[in-house]
Amino acid sequence: MPGGGWRRLWQRARPSRAAGAGPAFALLIVLLVVAVLLNAGIGAVRVPPLEVATVLLNRVGISTGIEVDVLREQVVWGIRMPRIVLAICVGAGLGMAGASLQAIFRNPLAEPGLIGVSSGGALGAIVLIITGVAPLGWISLPLAAFAGALLLTLVVYGLARSDGRTQMVTLILTGVAMNSVAGGLIGLAGFLADDAELRSIVFWTLGSLAGATWRAVLPVALITVCGLVLLPRYARAMNLIVLGEREAFHLGVNTERVRLLVIVLATLVAGAGVAVAGIVVFVGLVVPHLLRIVIGPDHRVLLPASALGGAILLLGADLVARTIVVPAELPLGVVTALIGGPYFLWLLRRTTREQGGWM
Amino acid sequence: MIQAARRAALGVVALALAAAACTGDDAPATSLPATGTADRTATATPSAASTPAPTPTAEATVTASPTATASPTPARTATPEPTPTEQPVEESPQLPVTVTDADGNEIVIEDVSRLVVLNGSITEIVFALGLGDHVVGADITSIYPPEAQDLPKVGVQIALSAEGVIALQPTLVIGTTFAGPPEVIEQIRGTGIPVLIIPDYNTLEAIEEKITRIGTALGVPRRGERLAAQSVASIKEAIATAETSDAAPRVAFLYLRGAHTQLIGGDGAGATSLIEAAGGIDVGVEAGVRGFTAITPEALVTANPDVFLVITTGLESVGGIDGLLEIPGMAQTTAGRNRAVVDFDAQYLLGFGPRSGAALAELIDAIHP
Repeated sequence: MPGGGWRRLWQRARPSRAAGAGPAFALLIVLLVVAVLLNAGIGAVRVPPLEVATVLLNRVGISTGIEVDVLREQVVWGIRMPRIVLAICVGAGLGMAGASLQAIFRNPLAEPGLIGVSSGGALGAIVLIITGVAPLGWISLPLAAFAGALLLTLVVYGLARSDGRTQMVTLILTGVAMNSVAGGLIGLAGFLADDAELRSIVFWTLGSLAGATWRAVLPVALITVCGLVLLPRYARAMNLIVLGEREAFHLGVNTERVRLLVIVLATLVAGAGVAVAGIVVFVGLVVPHLLRIVIGPDHRVLLPASALGGAILLLGADLVARTIVVPAELPLGVVTALIGGPYFLWLLRRTTREQGGWM
Repeated sequence: MIQAARRAALGVVALALAAAACTGDDAPATSLPATGTADRTATATPSAASTPAPTPTAEATVTASPTATASPTPARTATPEPTPTEQPVEESPQLPVTVTDADGNEIVIEDVSRLVVLNGSITEIVFALGLGDHVVGADITSIYPPEAQDLPKVGVQIALSAEGVIALQPTLVIGTTFAGPPEVIEQIRGTGIPVLIIPDYNTLEAIEEKITRIGTALGVPRRGERLAAQSVASIKEAIATAETSDAAPRVAFLYLRGAHTQLIGGDGAGATSLIEAAGGIDVGVEAGVRGFTAITPEALVTANPDVFLVITTGLESVGGIDGLLEIPGMAQTTAGRNRAVVDFDAQYLLGFGPRSGAALAELIDAIHP
């Protein structure tokens, strides 16, 4: 393979970065800042914007000399801020993981849930709830969820592999099968659970950011940041894989290795979120598609944009969930499903119309 | 395509579950009426609750019930005299008090002027203690007395919103061990608002302790003791009538939600202590059921109950008695043949509070031929 073709392809994958991505990024960042401020400022407890600003400034070491009521400070810093950080981590993780998986599977329906992250996480958590063991205290549950997510994903990957290669269709079908096995086991757990355990399971499978405390959020943030930094390193490889698996391989991409690494990283970022927030549907699916329409398919741009988009969407959804039925709270899964479901249907119809079929 | 359908279905299920959780309509998983706390009913029409129930308000003068003195209430520090009659009750809550919650934490309660109550049964008791006008918010199971229905609702007790509760500016939040998630309780405590979590008392025997515990926590221990004594007295009165009958009807406590959800209650499901006090046999317990279990038609026929005890809204969800009898196995039992179906409002039957004596009396009437 002459180097010229290789280089040309590289360059062909490039131009979209220069064209149009800049303004889109600026807009996303502005939206993220707006979403953070809205979430910090709006809630069941009325806190004037000036006090919100004071609390935030005080925490970063800038004294404004304005007195803030202890209760309102607790609400802003102890309740809203960890929740905002968690929403950003979960949303960004799911968004970027979804975009990465759609690329390496070359399948627009791929998302973390497909390869077992969500159901594995749910299974891990629920096994712990049912058995009632907590060897490591409060961190046992998120840890079990995380381990479950990773384990089930690796099982799916392992089963789909043969002769050192992975057929994408086989991988997806294996994911479907393992998801239904996990679903069955979750159902069995629900059958065996007593009443209190059942409540806990249902609460967990609906997804919520209500469990956000600083100590629960910080490990998630750490893992998410690692994933968000590492995943874009494979953006070029993803671009080539999207062109065609064989083409990418002949262009020097070790597709099998890239695929395994991306799956592990995507599971890490998505699983960390699932471990604390439960199953949050559709974010990983919807956000990459939405952004692909706006800024094009170049993964060097799409990956960070999906992270930003996921964070914005989840902040928005949580704002709705927290404020629409005050003083109660809607489960987050409801809000994301209400946004994601109709979008998904529209996507399905549009693709059917334009391409005459899905696959 | 398979995946598409699956994801879509997942979304629909999530929606349905959540919507149910929000409207208070019982979703199968969140809302088994077990253990007396899930006694929320979808419609707020207390059907059986309309029967005259002893509503002892603390302001009323004591009407010593004939059996009150016969039931020795253990002497408490506040009232050394064993007889509850003529004991003047507190004009207003005497605070501060220090109480121990279900986890063994000591909680100092200094102010009960603004209460958020996270459980319908506790709400009922708070109102019966004469402190109803102090309640500023309650969970969705708080449907009795009717005034409680107009309170701001903080949602489902297992999925509370910290900010929602805090926004009501409570001076005390009071709930059972079902209240959660734990992080939210932590967050509320973090703002300095005391949160009192008491055990989920869900037997007839526990009513006395439940009421006195709530009375003590709210600074009205004597009102609490008097209400507890009245409640115990009405229960004993009802039990005395049950003992006049030799019959021991076999009762199946069913949880119904639509034609596809039929569970039988057993040990820990909440109704056992009532059924036994009414002189009946809980066939769920007899069959070794713990909590609620899906029942097969054949197991039901084998258990062969004389009476079905159901929750009114559950019965409505299967289309009344006719609908119930169409469920496989139901019509083949003695209860089915005789159309012996007894329905109660969930909060009334399983609230385990001041109205339990009346509920028990009604149950006794209904199951003894």
